[in-house]
Amino acid sequence: MVGITAFGAYLPRMRLQKQVIADANAWFDPGLKGLAKGEKAICNWDEDTITMAVEAYQDCLGNKPGQAPAALLLASTTLPFSDRQNSVVVAEALNLETSDLRTMDITCSQRAATSGLLSALDIAAAGKEAVLVASEHRKAKCASREEMLYGDGAAAIAVGSDNVVAELVASQSQPVDFIDHYRGEGEDFDYGWEERWVRDEGYMKIVPNAVNALLSKAGVSAGDIAHFILPTDQGRVPPMVAKKLGIKGEAVADNLLQSVGITGAAHAMLLLAHRLEQAQSGDLVLVAGFGQGCDVLLFKVTDAISQQALGKGVSGHLSNGRPETNYNKYQSFNNLLVKELGKRSEVNKQGYLSAMYRARGLTNSFLGGKCTACGTVQIPKHKYCVNPECGAYDTQVDHPMAGIQGEVATWTADTLTFDYNPPAYFGMVTFEGGGRIMMDMSEVDADTFDTGSKVAMHFRLKQIDDQAGFRKYFWKAIQI
Amino acid sequence: MASGIKDKVVILGAGCSKFGERWDCEPADLMAEAFEECIADAGIEKSQIEAAWQSTGIDAFSVGPGAMPLSMGLRLPDIPVTKLENYCASGTEAFRAATYAVASGACDIALAVGFEKLKDTGYGGLPQRSRGVSNDLYYPNLSAPGMFAQLAAGYRGKYGTSKEDLKRAMAHVSVKSHANGVKNPKAHLQRAITMEQALNAPLIAEPIGLFDCCGVSDGAACAIVTTPEIARSLGKEQLIAVKALQLCASNGQEGGYEGWDGSYVHTTRVAAKRAYEEAGITKPREQVSMTEVHDCFSVTEMVTMEDLYLSEDGGAVKDVLDGVFDADGKIPCQIDGGLKCFGHPIGATGLRMLYEMYLQLSGKAGERQLPNPTIGLTHNLGGFPHQNISSVAIIGEYGI
Repeated sequence: MVGITAFGAYLPRMRLQKQVIADANAWFDPGLKGLAKGEKAICNWDEDTITMAVEAYQDCLGNKPGQAPAALLLASTTLPFSDRQNSVVVAEALNLETSDLRTMDITCSQRAATSGLLSALDIAAAGKEAVLVASEHRKAKCASREEMLYGDGAAAIAVGSDNVVAELVASQSQPVDFIDHYRGEGEDFDYGWEERWVRDEGYMKIVPNAVNALLSKAGVSAGDIAHFILPTDQGRVPPMVAKKLGIKGEAVADNLLQSVGITGAAHAMLLLAHRLEQAQSGDLVLVAGFGQGCDVLLFKVTDAISQQALGKGVSGHLSNGRPETNYNKYQSFNNLLVKELGKRSEVNKQGYLSAMYRARGLTNSFLGGKCTACGTVQIPKHKYCVNPECGAYDTQVDHPMAGIQGEVATWTADTLTFDYNPPAYFGMVTFEGGGRIMMDMSEVDADTFDTGSKVAMHFRLKQIDDQAGFRKYFWKAIQI
Repeated sequence: MASGIKDKVVILGAGCSKFGERWDCEPADLMAEAFEECIADAGIEKSQIEAAWQSTGIDAFSVGPGAMPLSMGLRLPDIPVTKLENYCASGTEAFRAATYAVASGACDIALAVGFEKLKDTGYGGLPQRSRGVSNDLYYPNLSAPGMFAQLAAGYRGKYGTSKEDLKRAMAHVSVKSHANGVKNPKAHLQRAITMEQALNAPLIAEPIGLFDCCGVSDGAACAIVTTPEIARSLGKEQLIAVKALQLCASNGQEGGYEGWDGSYVHTTRVAAKRAYEEAGITKPREQVSMTEVHDCFSVTEMVTMEDLYLSEDGGAVKDVLDGVFDADGKIPCQIDGGLKCFGHPIGATGLRMLYEMYLQLSGKAGERQLPNPTIGLTHNLGGFPHQNISSVAIIGEYGI
């Protein structure tokens, strides 16, 4: 049996209230208020497709170092790098065993994740374990429909043949060069066509064709589908397609349009993870990915679903949001404004690649060192043991610390240094089991944060060099 | 055990430029201003100087690397000149080098000059700069006040001091220094402030507010040192001698190992102990007449009182608020106004502190002269509370 063995998700904590977008732009387009219901998940300045992917994987499979899937696939249309394999960064941040790991970025379509999941399942069919992570952080023009509809988020789906919670029954892929929207090379924003045409000629024809082919092949009746997942920013489309196919209305998955927004290529996996959180053994789950054609995957939920060890999941992340009402902050974080950042932002941001390569155990994987002579933990790793009673030379072995809880020993909130989201919080974090480091903090809740606060490590953006198109990552302490 | 530096070297002369926003001055103008005062005070010719050391902290924003800024700036007579940089403790390093050169017998008369031109950055505060290619990859997104604010969090965590009490003690530190700075024509800031102003100033890095920060300015200071014998032969009657010069550099233990709790500066404690031993001081609170410490931020000065063993551990808040370190207190601190009022042209600061101690011990401090000081201590700190360079110098009347 081959299928899904685990699932997880990540949503940024910031939830922009859509009303503030509509209010700010009402002078220009009063019609936006029709879309102004609810909120959408938005990345903090130090989150992107890669950092969300790391979080989603950890939500799916935990934060234990040395995990050894055969493949890590990353699906997204908003990968930070066009030529630097983004999934490798994710793999190193996760401290995966890389001696035999296939990594791959899958992109350029809203069905990148369903296509990626099909590839992952092929790997599973060969007797191996694979993980697909889908993550998306799309930009949208000010006062656009997309700005009201798009959200940021990620989901991870692990596949294999042991402890399968949802068995793959059948799949179908039908490519069609139907351009509902596109984003050309070098462009920040999508360019779309009339919704009615996209609905009538696209969703209502292309999806039923693929689904019917699959159902016929699998010998399954549409009426038996318990969960129908069709990610789209047109809220009325999934029930219309379901009705046309003969799928029950209650099977249609909530598109999370008013709580998350449409997370692009990640959305099919996000909705899949969400539905699996609620699924019962025996349920049939139909996932459609639409974009230049259609991928359809049919799963049957197994008894093992009741033993699925859940992380926060979609539900946990949905209830973990922080309402944000500052539209300017959202625009600033997404580089949609020409903003005065001050002269302190004009530092040299050069990516010294050789130094970065040497440091990647620390910067990518948050590896410290553990002295084999005295057991002292230190970060960064060093040639000499930091314990003054020991001081041994060359005795340290890699010590993964990304999953170790810390405590704030000293801290400040700095308004002088440049930060995209001032004040900049940083301080000394001491770790359970030893080790300490002066480091940045993020997502601080100023009302509860203080010396003694417990923190966990999270992979985040450290510095963005817009001129060079480069970004650096490191770990930050976030209050638990 | 080495015999130490005590009474082997004396200060022949000292000089200090006006500190401030010296928009019209090149670094060479500042060092010349300090040097002219210094050499006149020393009563020698430039040609008698046999070696010189230059301290500058942030080359990229001022004069560039190397020692030519000094050798060319003062048109020194084809002598060995070396640049020293050791973070914000650079000024004391130049003095240490000159003093050791004389003590070793390598030369009879040596010069130490520290200067910095910080006001060419286009913004307030210290220049934003790299900490090194690899360090920049993981060091926090820091500013100097942000790093020293860590002391406040650590201090509160250790002693349970309330935010309000700590902030009041910090405010008192700054109010006291501003009151002293009013009497110093060379200070950048010569304006008194009130407790209310200090307490209510905008936050820079929690809990450090605007008036908890020292100024940023341009300036230069220098000293000429020689042996007591040569000083006497040059007609000097009152000799101000070096009693101790100690330096301690972090090995990473504070920031990388257990033990350090963020409430103090480890290296200052080590350097202070060694300095007291070198100077033969056994009861610092009784024997030290006055101090010039590295008050880059008010909280730094406060914990430094404990690190120099002038206050009991956990006792600095009370001592500060009781006025122990005020101009009329038991051990006046920053009688010249400190970094608070002079600002902190990095390479100059350590020498500026020594200049004031020299003036006070020579009875030449004018309106702010303290009654009969005999021992002055300077403390010059570079880096951050968890990893730094700390130097302690003690000077006093020769032979005591």
